[in-house]
Amino acid sequence: MNMATEPVLDALDTAIVRATQAGLPLTPRPYHDIAAWVDTTPENVMRRMQRMLDIGVIRRIAAVPNHYAIGYVANGMSVWDVDDAAVDSLAMRVANGGLASHCYLRSRHPPLWPYNLFAMVHGHDRGEVESKVHQIAQLLGSALRSHEVLYSSRILKKTGLRLT
Amino acid sequence: MQKLDEDYRRILNRLQQGFPVCDRPYLQLAAELGLSEESLIERLRRLLAEGTLTRFGPLYQAERLGGAYTLAAIQVPEHDYERVTGIVNAFPEVAHNYRREHALNMWFVIAAAGRPDIARTLFDIERSCGYPVFEFHKLREYFVALDLPV
Repeated sequence: MNMATEPVLDALDTAIVRATQAGLPLTPRPYHDIAAWVDTTPENVMRRMQRMLDIGVIRRIAAVPNHYAIGYVANGMSVWDVDDAAVDSLAMRVANGGLASHCYLRSRHPPLWPYNLFAMVHGHDRGEVESKVHQIAQLLGSALRSHEVLYSSRILKKTGLRLT
Repeated sequence: MQKLDEDYRRILNRLQQGFPVCDRPYLQLAAELGLSEESLIERLRRLLAEGTLTRFGPLYQAERLGGAYTLAAIQVPEHDYERVTGIVNAFPEVAHNYRREHALNMWFVIAAAGRPDIARTLFDIERSCGYPVFEFHKLREYFVALDLPV
């Protein structure tokens, strides 16, 4: 793993994580409400949350849409065999290009599975997915050796992920 | 989504990008969107209640909290698909499981307390279902700024 030194979360950080993992309060002063729950000052909550953002414990504070509800009914896992020397900088461009919702470098399993880059691509239909996949292919250029798109045809299980 | 009015559309797009850490974050964002604080909160409440949003708040990177996740897949013969689905889904560590159109036709996410639990779960699944389990170990994650524009 290319992980930086493991960030140290103390009891207050952990309390804030537990208090917010179901979501942020929909009140005018949400950080003040969290502070009251975890028995500290609003300034402490904001400082701790900003720190967790800075070190990547919190990816971002944001809304996550149900992609079916907003019309994205075609969902493909695009997988790419990209030259290892070039994959990092190219993957960042894929992630920033508005073409994928998740973008990961993963281990290969040759010869069955030559792919090292995974990008989840969503569209209103498969045509839109294919068009985004085509744009990703162009972006990867000569570093791209082969790719595939795996569409999900059935959800077999989906449970909420508990974070702590 | 039958019809999303312009305000909802802008709220959805803006809130996928991020939310401020300050005394009155809704007020700050409402000003940016030309809405009142109260109306922004009300619309957000509705988007969550009707399921247009699945979540609103801090998105934690589970690995940094001490948990471990991985992606795995199995090539399951068609005649045995239902049996293997039952076996894999019965593991509480299996959080998501999707059928996909590929020779590797069952893809699932495992969430556990740490790497040893992940390894044990992969081993147990392989032994229970009788087929090799391929793990796609995450080596790096690339930050995505905006998920799905509406």
